[in-house]
Amino acid sequence: MSEHVRVAVVGGGPAGLTAAAALAPQVDGTVLVLERERETGGIPRHSDHPGYGMRDLRRFISGPAYGRHLTERAERAGARLETEAMVTGWAADRALEVTSPRGRRTITADAVVLATGARERPRPARLIPGDRPDGVYTTGQLQQLVHLHHRDVGRRAVVIGAEQVSWSAVLTLREAGCRTVLMTSEYDRPEVYAAFDRPGRLAFRVPVRTRTRVVAIHGRGRVEAVEIEDLRTGRRRRVPCDTVITTADWIPDHELARLGGLRLDPGTRGPRVDATLATSGDGVFAAGNLLHPVDTADVAALDGRHVATAVLAHLRGAPAAPRGVALVADAPLRWIAPQLITPGGPAPARGHLLAWVDSYHRFPTVTAVQDGHAVGHTRLAWPAAPGRVFRIPHALVRRADPAGGPVHLGLK
Amino acid sequence: MNPTYDVAVIGGGIVGAAIARLLGGTPLSTVLVEGRDDVGDGTSKANTAILHTGFDAKPGTLESELVARGYHLLGSYASEVGIPVERTGALLVAWTEEQLASLPSLLEKAEKNGYRACRLVDADEVYRRVSALAAGALGALTVPGESIICTWTTNLALATDAVNRGVTLLRGKRVTGVTGGALRFDDGSSVAARWVINAAGLGADKIDELFGYDRFTVTPRRGELFVFDKLARPLVPVIVLPVPSKVGKGVLVSPTIYGNVMLGPTAEDLDDRTATGTSEEGFAFLRTKGAELMPTLLDEEVTASYAGLRAAIDRDDYLISLDEDQRYLLVGGIRSTGLTAGMAIAEHVVSLLSDHLDVSARPGLPPPPRMPNIGEAGVRPYQDAALIAADPAYGQIVCFCERVTRGEIRDAFASPIPPAGLEGLRRRTRAMNGRCQGFYCGAEVQALIENEGETR
Repeated sequence: MSEHVRVAVVGGGPAGLTAAAALAPQVDGTVLVLERERETGGIPRHSDHPGYGMRDLRRFISGPAYGRHLTERAERAGARLETEAMVTGWAADRALEVTSPRGRRTITADAVVLATGARERPRPARLIPGDRPDGVYTTGQLQQLVHLHHRDVGRRAVVIGAEQVSWSAVLTLREAGCRTVLMTSEYDRPEVYAAFDRPGRLAFRVPVRTRTRVVAIHGRGRVEAVEIEDLRTGRRRRVPCDTVITTADWIPDHELARLGGLRLDPGTRGPRVDATLATSGDGVFAAGNLLHPVDTADVAALDGRHVATAVLAHLRGAPAAPRGVALVADAPLRWIAPQLITPGGPAPARGHLLAWVDSYHRFPTVTAVQDGHAVGHTRLAWPAAPGRVFRIPHALVRRADPAGGPVHLGLK
Repeated sequence: MNPTYDVAVIGGGIVGAAIARLLGGTPLSTVLVEGRDDVGDGTSKANTAILHTGFDAKPGTLESELVARGYHLLGSYASEVGIPVERTGALLVAWTEEQLASLPSLLEKAEKNGYRACRLVDADEVYRRVSALAAGALGALTVPGESIICTWTTNLALATDAVNRGVTLLRGKRVTGVTGGALRFDDGSSVAARWVINAAGLGADKIDELFGYDRFTVTPRRGELFVFDKLARPLVPVIVLPVPSKVGKGVLVSPTIYGNVMLGPTAEDLDDRTATGTSEEGFAFLRTKGAELMPTLLDEEVTASYAGLRAAIDRDDYLISLDEDQRYLLVGGIRSTGLTAGMAIAEHVVSLLSDHLDVSARPGLPPPPRMPNIGEAGVRPYQDAALIAADPAYGQIVCFCERVTRGEIRDAFASPIPPAGLEGLRRRTRAMNGRCQGFYCGAEVQALIENEGETR
């Protein structure tokens, strides 16, 4: 069985749905969104608390409401949404192998948009040793257990991580009647926006231990305790609990990108893209947290709107190979996205370069150096903090030589 | 009243299940007793899953003989019932001059064990076969017959075959005592049997004591291992074995039958027979070894880490011994080669019994079971257009990372030996064994387990 569509969007989360909604009215032919879950909407479907849609919809709504809104908008725009349809591999360039209860088929497309998102690293990938008891979850699994399946979790939880998603886990735990007895962060200060952190700590009375890592999980059958280590002193102690949530530590769901032979960025581990979000694959584009693990859902969604321009140009026959000078993240920057930019050319989504930092800088100055020469620096009014995307105006690199070598970005 | 069985087999691992299966093909009535809630949940589940040629066994031992025989028995049984096997071959890589110098003697040893396909190859050939290997390999011994196999399906196939042949399977019955031809269990119940076969693996010495013996001690040897993401699989096309040496055992890096890469195991003798936890030291050791063997492997994600306990004993061979007076047979000291040797061990055990019991073949045996394919090399249900067209449940992928469908989960619960929980379901279907470890499907899989495979 095979089928041809104009545009295939892989992933029906905020980025994929927004891309489909932007493309469908302008594309002559089918824009098909392939979603492997039962419903479209992506990760926000699991987060039953407000905070979604601010930047893209100018609203303040819950995750599930946001997912429904984006779904309805894509459908109204004329996109075709297919759920329980998983892309399992590539049959050829822009030819997707798809399994669904309706059959196994190959879908060929003139353009493919990968919007497969990101997930939290689970315990094994974090190399936390110890027993293998029940009661250890990622936020993703916790929220599905509680919000979609209405399950009971434990009574005393330790949350590993203190990022935005970690507080989302605390909210979910509280709703399920489980008290968070401790949050741990390896950084020297909690990662989230100050606005969330203080009231969070006060409202929920959750102790946060910084510079602390969980070195073992104990328990036969069910979690009984975690062992934590103070990274400053090396001192260890046991914290009794029956639930452990491993939060954040995101990795893009890049399997299809890798299987398709797309060039990846070693920092983000997502596809390497230019400012228009073209990947190294002809007619293959990418959007959302696959590219920057992770920014908020609304920023992912706005990628979806941004990618439409390049997809339409490709469908009109314009060459879509990624272009520009390479951007290189120097420590303490861990990664930067997009990785290619054309000075004086198209701006990246929202005019921002997105970056991740490994240490906290209250008043960061970002520098750009090309072939040994400084080509730009900018002092920003917002901090660079671990655990959340750090946004840099792309004007920083506007004076770089389009024909020059890689531009190194760093902090001062 | 409870029946009296002709034979009770203690231990539902590979060896116990293989013995029970053969006894099921005779006129004898047999009960297979497992202390845990599932078959294959002890040492059999966490070995390195290699179908061994026996090239490196100690020549002249019972182990050498049974591994060589078992290699062929299990190889053909696997194709008959659908146990996934990949004939990858192995390379014993030498990293030092001393190791290089020892390769010819290993070749000779292999030939003494009746295995004649080994060859010595130079460093260029090593890198031609495994280009991702770290620099510094000096040469290797090839073992073309070494293969990877699904240990979970092997155990389950043998046990299913036994049950289909009329063997009674009791799970969750830990033997606490033996009196006058009856086994007493921890839940207070008991079964009567004329003969008892001890294939209790890690617990074999304790059962042996119940018969008045004090002839060996099982030392649990913990082996920790890392399983890397499937995206790493192209790095490791063959099994890369260490050259055995006096200064400690090396670790191996191997493709897995599920399409991953495995690194390990560590080897640490313990006292605690339930210590299946992983350790910081073990992880650090594996990371160091991994960096030495294949640095690029460490850039890949670890999908799972396990600790398995091997039933090491204080001697160099299997310990299989029949006690006519007590009508008791011990099958002890079966280390990790037992996966390969299991069916040959069963043959050996039944031939020992043949002087005392009627073990002739019984007519009218059911055909061997056809096991669901959970190997990555074969066609899985999600890839099978005709199967999905006939039953859409095979097109409904529940576990995305491992591509496990609702049809397969339903089938597992409808099978002769249904899973008792998540761990059993993992071994039957691979559900939740993938890179996300339940981030996406954990809640859904839990719901399916509670509803025994039916959707809400």
